[in-house]
Formats: sequence, structure tokens, C-alpha cells
Amino acid sequence: MANDKEPKLSIRDLAVEYHSKGQRTVALHGVNLDVKDGEFVSVVGPSGCGKSTLLKVAAGLLQPAAGAAYIDGRPIDDVPDGVGMVFQNDALLPWKTVLHNVRLPLAIKGLPDKEQVAEATRLLKMVGLEGFANFYPKQLSGGMRKRVALARTFAYDPDIYLMDEPFGPLDAQTRVKIGEQFLHIWESVGKSVLFITHDIEEAIALSDRVIVMTDRPGRIKAEFDIRLARPRPFYDIRFDPVFKELQREIWTQMSGGGTGGIG
Amino acid sequence: MAATSKSATRSGFREREYSKTSVWAGRIVVFVLLIGAWELLSGRAFNAFWLSKPSLIAGRIVEMLGDGDLWYHMSATLQEAIAGLAIGMVGGTLLGIGLAFSGIFERWIYPYMMALYSLPRVSLAPLFIVWFGIGLSSKILMVTAMVIFVAFYNAFEGMRNIDKDLMDMMSTYKAKWSHKLRWVVLPSITVWILTSIRLNIGMALIGSVIAELVGSNRGLGYYITYSSNMLDTTGIFTGLVLIMLIAVVLEQCVLLLERVLLRHR
Repeated sequence: MANDKEPKLSIRDLAVEYHSKGQRTVALHGVNLDVKDGEFVSVVGPSGCGKSTLLKVAAGLLQPAAGAAYIDGRPIDDVPDGVGMVFQNDALLPWKTVLHNVRLPLAIKGLPDKEQVAEATRLLKMVGLEGFANFYPKQLSGGMRKRVALARTFAYDPDIYLMDEPFGPLDAQTRVKIGEQFLHIWESVGKSVLFITHDIEEAIALSDRVIVMTDRPGRIKAEFDIRLARPRPFYDIRFDPVFKELQREIWTQMSGGGTGGIG
Repeated sequence: MAATSKSATRSGFREREYSKTSVWAGRIVVFVLLIGAWELLSGRAFNAFWLSKPSLIAGRIVEMLGDGDLWYHMSATLQEAIAGLAIGMVGGTLLGIGLAFSGIFERWIYPYMMALYSLPRVSLAPLFIVWFGIGLSSKILMVTAMVIFVAFYNAFEGMRNIDKDLMDMMSTYKAKWSHKLRWVVLPSITVWILTSIRLNIGMALIGSVIAELVGSNRGLGYYITYSSNMLDTTGIFTGLVLIMLIAVVLEQCVLLLERVLLRHR
């Protein structure tokens, strides 16, 4: 999928600090990262290592203390165009029905009502929720809400997906199902993804490249190219010997051993 | 799966379902017991002069309905309470929303709002009557002073409790300010505003009745003072019952509104 054009997202010498109650916390320090057009990059690391912060900078929701992030070579100061964020909690509007939640990005773009409904209906069907258009988020299970959130992001049709542990709160079984579905849809749209997770298996199964971050302040510790053929079977790929080897090496990096990685 | 286990734990506490009939049957039994005890004990265990009697109160209400006194006094109180409630709710809510967005200005103003809030505002009634006389406007001002703080405080807290992820989500879709207001801000604080209306129904009635007690020639507060001067306890209780009736009816209206506005919950 990856090609050698200018990177879609580029992060240079990034540092982010939080100030609260007179205390200064360095969340990220000296982070450099590229996501090429159409590339699927995952960032794994212990909780609290600043993975989500990284994503917020890329989405233009947070201003860095030093360094910068670029989309298509343009520095991010406000929320950039064509960036779709999937939040850890689904960030669905509880007072809107499923259909209206999926329509939301289209309504903001100002599309005619008819087109909004048609597109939202198509996407709900794609994620397997065609019978639930008039349900409220509260009436759905966690996995279904997640699919609504994904459908909403697909409706926005961004050039890069920023995903903050999107499958984190789900149970193992639902996680695999949704991961598989997402991988399948992604393989057909072929957009860039920066995917945050703490699940090594999920990261390897989905990605072209996996980046390991260290604990506070967050830095990039190692990078792994995932040379597994696509399309991949999201679950069965786990039994591939290459997968097993990557999993072991990434785990070694995350748990504190070694430096560098295989390139 | 996650959803079912969640609702199962929830139903164990607070939201346990009872059948409608058992709830209403119980309520009616409690009502009959209390009113029956009052009716039976009054004139037997104590002198009916002090506590009157439900049958006397009912009789008085019918009598007042007949000669038009009921609507004459009730409409005045209702008018004051509703006008003041509306002004105070709108003013306080806008103030709360505005102040939540005002940055440092909020920090300047907030302590003074709280200082004013802790003032026993009923003591302002004589001042308002000096300013505006014994007519409608002094009463409306009193009610407004009673309700505006709760409205302000609820709107302000509601603003601070808006889910930041939802605002961020709207930002990533490049939503305009008006979109955020309509789709996130207002729906988020709706539950807070409804709560403040419910709390404020009682406050509004306190405000209008107190102002009427201090100086007026109309309204249920006036009727109560008048009856008190005549040593007419039945009149006093009749006034109280009518105030309670207004409160219950208004509360039911708000509950109805809640059911429409919060149907997603």
C-alpha cells in the first residue's frame, strides 16, 4: 500500500507539555513520525505514554510546545481538512438517532438532506446496522456503537484516519469482529491511518508499520515494518510464524529490553 | 453483551421497575390515610379551629369557585410566578452560558454571584415594593430574583460538564460555532435547564407568595394574610392547598416537557 511520495502526515521534533495545578508534565518529547499516503501505521505503548496526545496534535486539537506536525506538507495550526478522528469512547451524540449521528459530518458539509440520508443509509448497511437507523446510541451494545462511530467517520471520507484506541473498550470477541470488518473496509478505501492501541496483536494484524513508544515522556523507541501480505485474514494471521516473531520482538521492546528494531 | 450487563446492574438500584397500578394504588392509600386521619382527628383530638379540616377546606374551595374569588387570587399568583419564572430562567440561563464562555470575566464575576445567591432574597421583598408599588411588577421582580440564581448556576455547571470529546469530535468535522451550539451545547445542558425549572417552580411560588404577604391586594399570599388577620385557619389552609395545587400542576407540565426533550435517555 505504501508509496514514496510526500508523507500524508509528518511529525517533526514534536514536544507536548501539559500544565495543571502549577505542575508541568512533558507528555511527548522529540517525536518524529511519518505516515505515507495510504499507509496504515500503529503506535503501541504503555498507557500514559502520550499516544493519544500525539493523535490530538495531528488532529489540530492540541498545540505542541515545540516542533510541528504537517499534513501534505502544510503545518497544522487549526483543525486540518480531511482528517477523521475516531475516539476511544465513541463520541456519539446521545440525543441523536444512529442515522443522524452518521449524517452529522455530511450535515456540517451542508449536503442536501436527501443525499445525507442516502449516504448514511449506505454506510450503515456497510457496517451491518441497516435495521438500527432510528435507534438511539443508548439502545445499542458497545460494538454496535463503535460501528456507528466508524460509519460516521467513513461518511466524512477523510484522507487520513486518526484512531485513538478505537476498539479499546470492547470485549475480545467483538474486538476481533470489528477489527476484521474495519480492516476489510479500509483495504477497499486505501486511505492513511494512524492507529493508537495498546494491543500488540491488533497493531500487527492491521498495520504496515508498528511504532513502539516509551513511557513518560513519550518517545519513539522502535519501529517495525510489517511484511505480511494483504489482504490479510485479521484473525488467522496471528498463527503466521512471521506474526509470532514480530509479536515477540515488539513485546521485548515494550517491556523495556533492547533498543532499535528491525527495519 | 456489555449493554445488557450494564442495564442489569442499573436495575438493581434506583431504576427498579414497579407496575403503574401498584405505584398509584399506594399513592392513593397514603393520601386517604393522611387526609382521613386529619378529618377524623380534627374536632376530636384537637380543636378544629387550629388545624381546620379537609372537608371545610374543600367546602371553601367550592365556595370560592362559586363567587369567582378562586380564580381572582389564583390567577394573580400564577401570573406573577410564571412571568417571573420565565424571565429568571431565560436571564439566568443566558448568563450561565455567557459566563461559561467569558474566560477571565467569569473569574471576576462568579464570587459576587455566589455572594448574592447566599443573600436571603425574600428579605428584598419590602425593597421591591418600595420601588414598584404593590402591583404586579414588584412581585415579578421578586420571583425573578428568587429563580435567576438557580437557573444561572445550573446552566453554568451544565456548560462545564459538556463532554469535551463531543466538542473535539465536532471540531474535527470542522463544525461551525452554530453547529456546536445546536448539536452539542444546547442538548447537553437541556437536562440541567429542566432540573433548574423543576427546582425553580417552588422558588417562584415562594417568591410570589412572600411578595404578596408583604404588600398586595390580590393573590393567594394576600388571601392567606387576610385569612390570618380574620383568624380564619380554613382560609389559610385553603390558600396553602391552592399553592400546592399550582406547584403540582406546573411540575407535571415540566415532567411532560422532559419526556419529550429527553426521550433519548
